[in-house]
Amino acid sequence: MKPHLLHRSLVSLSIALLCASSASAADQVKVGLLSTLSGPGAGLGTDIRDGFQLAVKHMNGKIGNLPAEVVVVDDQQNPEVAKQTAERLLKRDKVDFMTGTVFSNVMLAVGPAAFQNKTFFISPNAGPSQYAGAQCNPYFFNVSQQNDALHEAAGQTMQDKGFKRVALIAPNYPAGKDSIAGFKRFYKGEIGMETYTSLSQLDYGAEISKMRAAQVDGVYIFLPGGLGVNFIKQFVGAGLSKDITLYAPGFSADEDVIRAVGDSMLGTFNTSQWAHDLDNAANKKFVADFQKEFGRNPSLYASHGYDAARLMDAAVRDVKGKLDDKAALRKAIEAARFESVRGSFKFNSNHFPVQDYYLRVVSKDAQGKLTNRTVGTVFKNHQDAYVKDCKMPS
Amino acid sequence: MNTILILEQMLNGLQFGLMLFLLAAGLTLVFGIMDMINLAHGSLYMIGAYLVASLSQATGSFWLGLGLGVLATVLVGVLLEYTILRRLYHRDHLSQVMGTFAILLMSNEIVRIIWGAQPLMLNPPAALAGPVTLMDGFSYPAYRLLIIGVGLAVALLLWLLVTRTRFGMQVRAGAANREMATAMGANVRRLFTLVFALGAALCAVAGGMLGPLLAVQVGMGESILILAFVVIVIGGIGSIRGALMGALLVGLVDTAGRTLVPLLFDKAMGPEVAANAGPAVASVLIYVLMAAVLFTKPQGLFPAHD
Amino acid sequence: MTDTSAPQPAAAQAIRATQPSVFDHRLQPRLVLPLLALLIAFPLIAQATGEDFYIGVASRVLVFGLAAASLNFILGFGGMVSFGHAAFVGLGAYTVGLLMQQGITSAWLAWPLAMLMGAAFSLLVGAISLRTQGVYFIMITLAFAQMLYYLIMSFKSLGGDDGLSLPSRSDIGLGLDLGQDATFYYVVLALVSTSLLLMARVLNARFGHVLQAIKENETRMQAIGFPVYRYKLVAFTLAGAFAGLAGAMLANQGSFVGPGMLQWTQSGILLIMVILGGVGHLYGGLLGAAVFLLLEEVLAAYTVHWQLGLGAVLLIVVLVAPNGLLSLRRGMWSKR
Repeated sequence: MKPHLLHRSLVSLSIALLCASSASAADQVKVGLLSTLSGPGAGLGTDIRDGFQLAVKHMNGKIGNLPAEVVVVDDQQNPEVAKQTAERLLKRDKVDFMTGTVFSNVMLAVGPAAFQNKTFFISPNAGPSQYAGAQCNPYFFNVSQQNDALHEAAGQTMQDKGFKRVALIAPNYPAGKDSIAGFKRFYKGEIGMETYTSLSQLDYGAEISKMRAAQVDGVYIFLPGGLGVNFIKQFVGAGLSKDITLYAPGFSADEDVIRAVGDSMLGTFNTSQWAHDLDNAANKKFVADFQKEFGRNPSLYASHGYDAARLMDAAVRDVKGKLDDKAALRKAIEAARFESVRGSFKFNSNHFPVQDYYLRVVSKDAQGKLTNRTVGTVFKNHQDAYVKDCKMPS
Repeated sequence: MNTILILEQMLNGLQFGLMLFLLAAGLTLVFGIMDMINLAHGSLYMIGAYLVASLSQATGSFWLGLGLGVLATVLVGVLLEYTILRRLYHRDHLSQVMGTFAILLMSNEIVRIIWGAQPLMLNPPAALAGPVTLMDGFSYPAYRLLIIGVGLAVALLLWLLVTRTRFGMQVRAGAANREMATAMGANVRRLFTLVFALGAALCAVAGGMLGPLLAVQVGMGESILILAFVVIVIGGIGSIRGALMGALLVGLVDTAGRTLVPLLFDKAMGPEVAANAGPAVASVLIYVLMAAVLFTKPQGLFPAHD
Repeated sequence: MTDTSAPQPAAAQAIRATQPSVFDHRLQPRLVLPLLALLIAFPLIAQATGEDFYIGVASRVLVFGLAAASLNFILGFGGMVSFGHAAFVGLGAYTVGLLMQQGITSAWLAWPLAMLMGAAFSLLVGAISLRTQGVYFIMITLAFAQMLYYLIMSFKSLGGDDGLSLPSRSDIGLGLDLGQDATFYYVVLALVSTSLLLMARVLNARFGHVLQAIKENETRMQAIGFPVYRYKLVAFTLAGAFAGLAGAMLANQGSFVGPGMLQWTQSGILLIMVILGGVGHLYGGLLGAAVFLLLEEVLAAYTVHWQLGLGAVLLIVVLVAPNGLLSLRRGMWSKR
């Protein structure tokens, strides 16, 4: 009996694989959106995805006048899983653009594959210092910020406000290290405590008791998404908020965290390159439509997802849909001829933005709803610290 | 200052250890009495957390949510035992590993389908969201004190159950010598189901209590499951007393390791090394302890049958 | 897993290893050679249909097949349930990764070194663990794997939590570029086939017979006077070496090493691959890895909730085919 059965099943397996091949249409733009949609960072990835898809909707399902297909996949905040998924997107689905990455450790893992494949990567959040400096790559663009930026602004702010001794907490991964480095570049006071936590850590009891012992007057945290929520709740719960002022980058004090923590966050200062009350037409439309479409306020992550799509749209339009002409496409992306929700937008020579950074505070708006309010500008036309190390091949 | 640090760490360790005990107690009973490796135990913890979270949000009361959530999880546990797990009792450990791993995968996915991939954020009851001043200059989160309180209360109840009731007697007999207990007339089927239900209830309490402190997310059971296995090995498979001692030991070592070791490393080698090596040393220590117990006293430090 | 047709005590059989015995495993060329032919032709088929991506998938399946087969070697044929096997695979992977970081990319140096590391660590773990029995052995192997996992995570030079992205694949010389998926696939196929052949040879030799007899009844073998501990330790170390090789290839396949490779859940997956395919069957590891990974790939293409399907299949297999898929075809694939 058996040999026939074996042969038959092997043949059918081969045929199944043959049939699985999908012919990719020449007249569309395929985008691979690989983002963190589960775990404590899920809120960030979801915002990026929603912002991106809102932009595509605003452009009637097209990017650069070509029909757009957006493949959304979860990277599970795991560099190994992300790498395999990226390979699938690049080699099997043959996407034209990659985007979506939230976390820098994932970014550093999936970047090389995209670059080798000559696929453009438009990062809507992860901006590791490696890609801003020595390892800058013609196929990598960051539409949000270089990792250090918001922390530099916070360091400057805390320096200006006269804090004498601060505690610093960040997760132990590339962006976490960038954040502390950036903060220390502009804050010249005393560092009472510098702690790196694990990216999967949700219980900050140890750090909080260390802070109590360190006798600081301010604490600066970089704990994105769910990590920040937990820390702030535990920080307030331990009674430390009375004596120690909490500062954060926009990453730890935006809509997702505010929603989860609630009134305990009133008065928290944070830095960001975007705020929903920025006064320009694109932003007004974006904020209003996002609220209508998704029933919640957009965060800065959503704004970057939105801008990423608009950047792609402008670039594809500029090359008139000829996506195979990599050199021309690159020039088009570098030109960045689109209306960002941040106002005007331009890239530096290392493909990172040059932009302003604002100080925001969590307060109640006219309707009594808890949200961020812009109170000042910390940096104007700020460049990142790594651009001089980048020798971008032309 | 330093005494406050140590005191706070001890309380944190106690809190963590007691919750670990709740998981380990159920696991050790299942392992000891039914001789089953149950990798899905962490899934019951996760399901318990989700149910408590949802029911708290639905009823608007944390306590009501906790009570209902525990009952609901017990139902899920009994259903699971009746339909699938019952068939694995008499199988070898390998089949149990595969079967319960399959259940682990499926429960992760089912939870994802019902509640979505994003974590649920739970808040503790408003009255307990703030600190309690324990000493001059030392205020400790009220909610963590509650966890300690609940943990101790459950431990006491469990002790009463096991030492003062007929059911408890059968459990102890079953843990000490399964065949003998059956011969003596214990209704084995019913006993197994009740033991499993008890385990599910304990998981749900732990999940529900830890939910507001950590996050209710898919896969939250995996990391704590492995620690629970470490605990029952150290304490002694089948021994509840061992589970308590083991859990407190692991809880304290883990917490102390996460604070004191990085502190030492920090002074000696700087924050980056401390951040990398610190947590690793604590974890490695726990597993070294586990290996040492397995090598020298495989029955555990407080075995069920001595 | 009882022997159903042994007319004489297994130990006596083991001594006369030249005669066909209960512990021999036929390579079954009538079925395997066509399969091998298909595997050799596969990259050509894939390239012809434009589905180059699947060559990478196939390489991955083969690599995991070797890892699972090395576990089956000690589990199915030696009765040692190791819940820490992923540590040896991971160690092999990290050896390659670390060497590449230091600028040493030669496969001729890195891959044998990976095997050596796998063997060395398994010798260490085995020396201690094999002094324990039953469920304690399972737990202690788990403990050692977790120790290595946390240890590796603590070294930032090894990438810590985030792992290491490798800039390229190992350099094998001979004018071959492993960076080409098809070339890499053929190298993997050659190595995995050779390893499986080697394992079969060992199993059919005196050593293998003794090992299997130990699995059947350890007390009896001890009473007869065999140095049981030594045999098990050698087998354990051998399995560690093959696992290290699998790890080296895995690091190359994904151009990435991460601590997740050593986690206990990975050891669990290896165990499941072996159980799925058939414990104690010569091709059990390979089949189990293939079914597991292909199922994952196929299901993931259809639904984002593929883990549900995978779990369901595993559960059904546990309940319906207790000894793995290969045990279902008793006539054709019997382990005799």
